[in-house]
Amino acid sequence: MMNGIWLSFQRLALEMMEADLMPATLSVINLRKHYGDVTAVDGVSFEVARNEIVGLLGPNGAGKTTTINMILGVLEPSAGTICIEEVDLARHRSRALERTNFAAVYAALPGNLTVAQNLRIFGMLYGVKELSTRIRELIEQFDLVKFRDTKYGLLSSGEQTRVSLAKAMLNEPSLLLLDEPTASLDPATAREIRSQIRAFALQGTSGVLWTSHNMYEVEDVCDRVLFLSHGKILLEGDPKTLPREHGKATLEDLFIQVAREPLTLQD
Amino acid sequence: MRALQQPAHNARRSGPGLGSNGAPASGAGRAALNRTGAIVLRQLYLLSGSPARIVPLFAWVAIDIVLWGFITRYLNSVTNSGLNFVPALLGAVLLWDFMVRVMQGITTTFFEDVWTRNFLNFFATPLKTSEYVLGLVLSSIATSLVGLAVMLILASAVFGLSFVVYGAMLVPFLLVLFMLGIGLGIAGSAIVLRLGPVAEWFIWPIPALLSPFAGVFYPISTLPGWMQYCARLLPASYVFEGMRAVVSSRSISIPNLLLGGALAVLYIFLAGWFFGYIYRHAVRNGLIARYSAEGPG
Repeated sequence: MMNGIWLSFQRLALEMMEADLMPATLSVINLRKHYGDVTAVDGVSFEVARNEIVGLLGPNGAGKTTTINMILGVLEPSAGTICIEEVDLARHRSRALERTNFAAVYAALPGNLTVAQNLRIFGMLYGVKELSTRIRELIEQFDLVKFRDTKYGLLSSGEQTRVSLAKAMLNEPSLLLLDEPTASLDPATAREIRSQIRAFALQGTSGVLWTSHNMYEVEDVCDRVLFLSHGKILLEGDPKTLPREHGKATLEDLFIQVAREPLTLQD
Repeated sequence: MRALQQPAHNARRSGPGLGSNGAPASGAGRAALNRTGAIVLRQLYLLSGSPARIVPLFAWVAIDIVLWGFITRYLNSVTNSGLNFVPALLGAVLLWDFMVRVMQGITTTFFEDVWTRNFLNFFATPLKTSEYVLGLVLSSIATSLVGLAVMLILASAVFGLSFVVYGAMLVPFLLVLFMLGIGLGIAGSAIVLRLGPVAEWFIWPIPALLSPFAGVFYPISTLPGWMQYCARLLPASYVFEGMRAVVSSRSISIPNLLLGGALAVLYIFLAGWFFGYIYRHAVRNGLIARYSAEGPG
């Protein structure tokens, strides 16, 4: 009995050491994006470690989605480097994106394909092994059995979100990008999804970059948050202690200050 | 909902060959094939569940064959020119419609992504533009063959069009038109990617715009000088000139047909380069991520 516990402890310690030695799952260095004279992202640098959930916060137009689009390879940065598991996205796009997946409230899957068809198509695109087994697992895990052969476009927004999350988990990505993943879910389902994503990040070697406007959710889920305003990172820290460090009672109060008076928080 | 399972080190991803240390060619090739196959499979899924998508594959070309079949019968009965209009006109309609089907096979597969705003989902995967375009071409082969088969059956069974008249030349005729259809389809898709969904209405009339220059129904010499210059740039014009030569038992100019084939190959490469250029432009200005009503200027 004691031997078993000791062995488990040793395995856990080894895994933790291994994770510490591994490079960050996402490394963003001095990222910039200009549209003519307009600067959308202005020299952003950050990392997402393995088993870490990082919240990317900020008011509308702060540059969150622009940053995520650049990490997804669908928007070319004006300058800077993005590495996913040390693979340079600009130089090895396809190899880097094999390690990534995402779910975003604005990226609905094709509504004219069924849930199973969507998962098969995206599973093939991400090169998922034993795809049929994986699809079956995800359909069960996200409670989609009865919608398996239903067209995505006919599902409720909450059901669509669950399918998008199932698609995002298909290749067990090293880097999972979630742009307001629980925006259209009821509180009970949102809590369930949050705990699932948290478990996902803790079990393997994945990191998660999460954007949300729900500060209670962010505080609950994220290990670290980055506050973005006018394309720059203004603040960074633990969402549980950061508000007090800046004289605010809650993360929401801090968010409002970032949105209204970002200059008061700059160095 | 059950807890998510995540084996350590993401064992689900395709083989070890695709790791950061580089991939063996076979593993990378298999992955590329898989991704191209996904584009084709998506189209097959859409076709299998949708009569609205299946019927147009053959309905319009069948109507064309029936219409021109009766016109050629009528012309044969009222003229004493000695020319058999069935292989000259009906054959021309069949070949032209085949080219149009190939082009539309590519553009309609591409439009499926326009209509469902799917570019962000597709291009945030490891899918490469070359694999995507190849998927469009393969989908078009499958759909255009359906149209071709229906046209061949109708034209021969109902209107007595005998393909023996064309002999072995039918193969290069179809091949050159097939390649032209691919080039036009890829170029048309690139235009819509650049200008937005509204530009779809520029693409549908392209075959009608080109047909006067292609000499589908008349010799190129009928055209005024400036139109003849334009016709020489169109691979289809060499096919229809060749077809008329075969039907009237004149000798066909093989160098001209080869020139038509070479032009068609050149246009495929140019169209591929154009699509790649437009895609890179779209990635630079954020159009892929926000593809909606209109592209930015």
